Amino acid sequence: MTCRQVVELMTDYLDGALAAEDRARFEAHMAGCDGCQAYLAQMKATRKVVGKLAEASVPRTVEDELVKAFRDWKGKSA
Amino acid sequence: MGERRDDPDLVALRSGDEAAFRALIQVHHGQMLRLAMAYVRDPGLAEEVVQESWLTCLRSLEKFEGRSSLKTWLYGIVMNIARSRRRREARILPFASLWRRDDSDSRRPTVDAERFGGDGMWSSPPDSWPESKLLSSETLLRVKAAIESLPMKQREVITLRDVAGLEASEVCGLLSISAENQRVRLHRARASVRRMLEEYLR
Repeated sequence: MTCRQVVELMTDYLDGALAAEDRARFEAHMAGCDGCQAYLAQMKATRKVVGKLAEASVPRTVEDELVKAFRDWKGKSA
Repeated sequence: MGERRDDPDLVALRSGDEAAFRALIQVHHGQMLRLAMAYVRDPGLAEEVVQESWLTCLRSLEKFEGRSSLKTWLYGIVMNIARSRRRREARILPFASLWRRDDSDSRRPTVDAERFGGDGMWSSPPDSWPESKLLSSETLLRVKAAIESLPMKQREVITLRDVAGLEASEVCGLLSISAENQRVRLHRARASVRRMLEEYLR
């Protein structure tokens, strides 16, 4: 496998979707390739930063409004 | 099928447990908002979509059969409401923005050919990134913008997988796409964001 091929398999690899044989070849390449290891680290870092986007806290007013709706709902269904 | 395994969150909600509802809001609201933003660009409109989704969730709680997790069900509601808002929004947008080419399902290389030599090995390999700058708020803003500029099909997959943290199989179910398409779209999306980060962090 070449680096050019390996970089296109990174997501399949991370999702555990490579067939056993491809995975063995992928891992054999990775073991000896600093560039591809760095690329995989960047892909993982990208995933991690994207995951941070959800962390914004919920404004208290929004939460209170929803809880009010929850109480109304509870009142109706009780 | 066997007996339904009742999700503790679901049981708590149905019994009217307010603290459980608050906890659910804290866990899911931000992710739901990002998901809504994958379809409607206006943050105020996205916020409306999410609020409406919570209300729909409450109204439909009794009908929910637990065939998917509560989370997947909730995100499916957000998607449906956001998509219908988008259709309404689309009527007032110029045509050009609707007909933009979308190559999300193509397997074209995601890394610039010039980075490799004739033998297909790195000629200009990637560097390691400084952790402190990677997680700065400025970087986050850029990542947000990069995701917003992705074609729709990639934007929804990366949001569901990497922002909302759903499993691949759940995303395939929600979007009615094959496992392979899911991975190709996710790969293209991550590769685009990576490329932007590499430029920015250099």
